Amino acid sequence: MTRGGDQMPVITYRQALNDTLRAELTRDESVFLIGEEIGIFEGSYKITAGLLAEFGPTRVRDTPISEEGFVGAAIGAAMLGMRPVVEIMTINFSLIAIDQIVNHAAKIYGMFGGQTAVPMVLRMPGGGGQQLAATHSQNLEVWYAHVPGLKVVAPATPADAKALLTAAIRDDDPVIFLENLSLYNTKGEVPEGEQIAEIGKAAVTKEGTDVTVIAYSRASVIALEVARQLEDDGVSVEVVDLRSLRPLDRHTICASVRKTSRAVILEDDWLSYGIGAEISATLMEGAFDYLDAPVRRVAAAEVPLPYAKPLESAALPDANDLIKVIRELLEATSFTR
Amino acid sequence: MVEKTEVIMDSGEGTGPVPAKEPAEVLLGYYRDMVLIRSFELTAAEMYKRAKIGGYCHLNLGEEATVVGLTAALHKRDYLFTTYRDHGYALSRGMAPGQVMAELFGKTTGVAKGRGGSMHMFDTETRMLGGYGIVGGQIPPATGAALALTYRGEPGPDAEAVMCQLGDGTTNIGAFHESLNMAAIWDLPIVYVIVNNRLGMGTTVEAASGEPELYRRGASYRIPGERVDGNDVLAVREAAAAAMERARAQRQPGLLEVMSYRLKGHSVVDPARYRSSEDTERAREADPIPALRGSLLQAGIIDEEHAMEIEREADEQVSAAVAFADSSPDPAPGELFNYAYATPVANAPHTLPGDPVVEMP
Repeated sequence: MTRGGDQMPVITYRQALNDTLRAELTRDESVFLIGEEIGIFEGSYKITAGLLAEFGPTRVRDTPISEEGFVGAAIGAAMLGMRPVVEIMTINFSLIAIDQIVNHAAKIYGMFGGQTAVPMVLRMPGGGGQQLAATHSQNLEVWYAHVPGLKVVAPATPADAKALLTAAIRDDDPVIFLENLSLYNTKGEVPEGEQIAEIGKAAVTKEGTDVTVIAYSRASVIALEVARQLEDDGVSVEVVDLRSLRPLDRHTICASVRKTSRAVILEDDWLSYGIGAEISATLMEGAFDYLDAPVRRVAAAEVPLPYAKPLESAALPDANDLIKVIRELLEATSFTR
Repeated sequence: MVEKTEVIMDSGEGTGPVPAKEPAEVLLGYYRDMVLIRSFELTAAEMYKRAKIGGYCHLNLGEEATVVGLTAALHKRDYLFTTYRDHGYALSRGMAPGQVMAELFGKTTGVAKGRGGSMHMFDTETRMLGGYGIVGGQIPPATGAALALTYRGEPGPDAEAVMCQLGDGTTNIGAFHESLNMAAIWDLPIVYVIVNNRLGMGTTVEAASGEPELYRRGASYRIPGERVDGNDVLAVREAAAAAMERARAQRQPGLLEVMSYRLKGHSVVDPARYRSSEDTERAREADPIPALRGSLLQAGIIDEEHAMEIEREADEQVSAAVAFADSSPDPAPGELFNYAYATPVANAPHTLPGDPVVEMP
C-alpha cells in the first residue's frame, strides 16, 4: 500500500518477509525455501503465501514433519552451494532440530578448517501473548545467541525484516532469523529496491539523554512507544535496537549508556541467563564509571507460560512494566527535568 | 558375574577364492589399500599411547575390506559422508596419509588444519564431506547433499550421487528414519550404508534393535535393502556399486548393510572386556587381511615375497606420514579465530579468556 508522493510504501512485517523471499528467489537460482506447510498451505503464518504458485515445488519445498531431518538436509544442500531458507513453524519446534543447528550448522565451517561454508537461513517465529500455553510461547533466542558459528538476528520493524532477511540470505554462514508472532501484522515504512542490513550492528532508533532502553524484536517496538510517551513527560529516552544478538554490538550499547548514565533492558526471554544478563555484564565492563544506578532488566517471569490470559499477561513484560522501571531508576538517581 | 556379549554370526565367510575374471592389478590395489589402512591404524593406536594423538580415536581395524570395497564403488564425483570411525575412508578416498596423520596430531597440515581431529576427516577435493562425531549427525546433511544434486544435474550413469556411511547403532535414532523417508519421497541419489560391526560400543545389535536385520529397515520407506559380507572386498564393492548405479541413473535411494567386525574395542582406550573370548576369536578368524592375502597367494597373483613387499611399503608410507605429521607446525594461538565465519561480520567476538569484552574510551 503506497501513500503516494515521495513517501515510502507502508507494509506489514509479514508482507516485507514475503516480498523479500520472492525477490531473493527471483534473483538467485540457488535460493530455495524448505519447511513444513510452506507450499500448498502457504505457511502457518502465511509468510510464504503465493510463492509455491510462482516458483513451483522444488523452489518452495514442503517437507514431512521432520525438523531434525529437513534442517540437516538444508545444511547438506548448503554445503554443496545451495542457499536454503528454512522455515521452522515456531522456535519451539527448533528444539527437535537443535543437534543439527548447534552440532552441525554452527560447526561445519570452522571444524573442517574453513573448507565448506553453510549458507543457510533458519527463519523461526517466537513469542508469547497468543494464549498458546507453555510449549508454544517461548523466546529461546539465547540458546542460539550463545553458540559461536551462528549469526542471530531479530528484526523489530518491517524495514529491518526486509534488510536483515536479504543480508541473511546472502550471508555465507548459518543465520538464525528470529521473527515474532505479534509483529507479523505490524506496519511500517519499507524502502523500495534492494536493502541490505549489516549483520552485527545495533541501531539507535531514537536518540535521548536521560536513560537508554536496550531491546530487540517485539520489545524494541514497545521501547520506542514508551520513549515517545515519556517524551511528553519531559523524559528523554534513547532506544538501542540490538537487531543482531550474535554478534552483539557491545560498542553501540556502551556508547549510549556512557551518554545517558542509566540503562534498562527490555526483553521477552526469561530473566535468568537471558540476553539482558549479557548486556548487563557488558555494561559493567564498558560503562561502569558512567552509570548513575544499577542496570535494570525487564524480562519475562520465570514460569512455563500459562494459557489463562490474566496469568499470561502478568508473566510477559509490557510497556507499563518498562515505564515503572524507568521511573524507579529516575527517582533513585534524583532525576530532575 | 557379568554375562559377556555374544554377537550373532550369521554371515561372513570372508574372501574365498578370488574370481578369475577380476584383474590381478585391481585385486592387488585393494590389498595395498587394506594393508595401508591396517598399518595406519596400528600406528595411530601406538601414537595415541605416546600422546601424539589426543581426544577420541576410533579405528577401522577389522573393517578394511568394508572400507575399501565401499570406496571402490564410488566415482570421483560422488560424495561420501561417514561416521567418526573415518581414518580408513579418508585414506581410501585418496587423502594423503601424511595429512590424515597430521590431522590426528592436530597440525596445520592436517586435512582439516588440525581443527577436527580423528573424528572429522574432511576434504572437498576428494569429496569426502566429513567424518562426523555425533552419532547419526551425518545422515541429514548427506541427504541434503543428495537433494542439492537434484537441483544441479539430471540422473544418468555418470551423474553425481552420495554415499552415507553409518553404524549399526545409528539405525535407532530419529535422524536415520527421517532421512530415509525424505530420500524416498524426493527420489534422492543416495545410498545409506550401515556398517554392522555387531556392536554399538558394548551393546549388541540384537539388544538394541527391534528388527536386528538392519537392511530390512528400508522397507518402511520402500527403499530396497541388501546385506553383504563385509569381509569380502569384492562382494562389498559389487553390492555398493549396484546400489550407487541405481542412485545415479534412477535416483533410487538404497540401503546396504555390510556385516563387518571390529577387531579391537570401540576406541583406542576401550579394552572391550564386555566381549567374550569366543567372540574376539571369531572376529580374529574373520580378519579380512590374512584372508585376502591367502586368496591372492592361492591364486598365484602374489608370492610370499611380493606380499611382504606390499606390507613393507605400507609401513614405510605410514612411517613417512608420522614423520610428516611430527615435523609439521602446530597452529598458533593467534590463528584461533581464523575460521569463525565464512562471511566477515561486524563485532565478531575475538577475545581470549580474561580479555576485556569492550574497549574503554
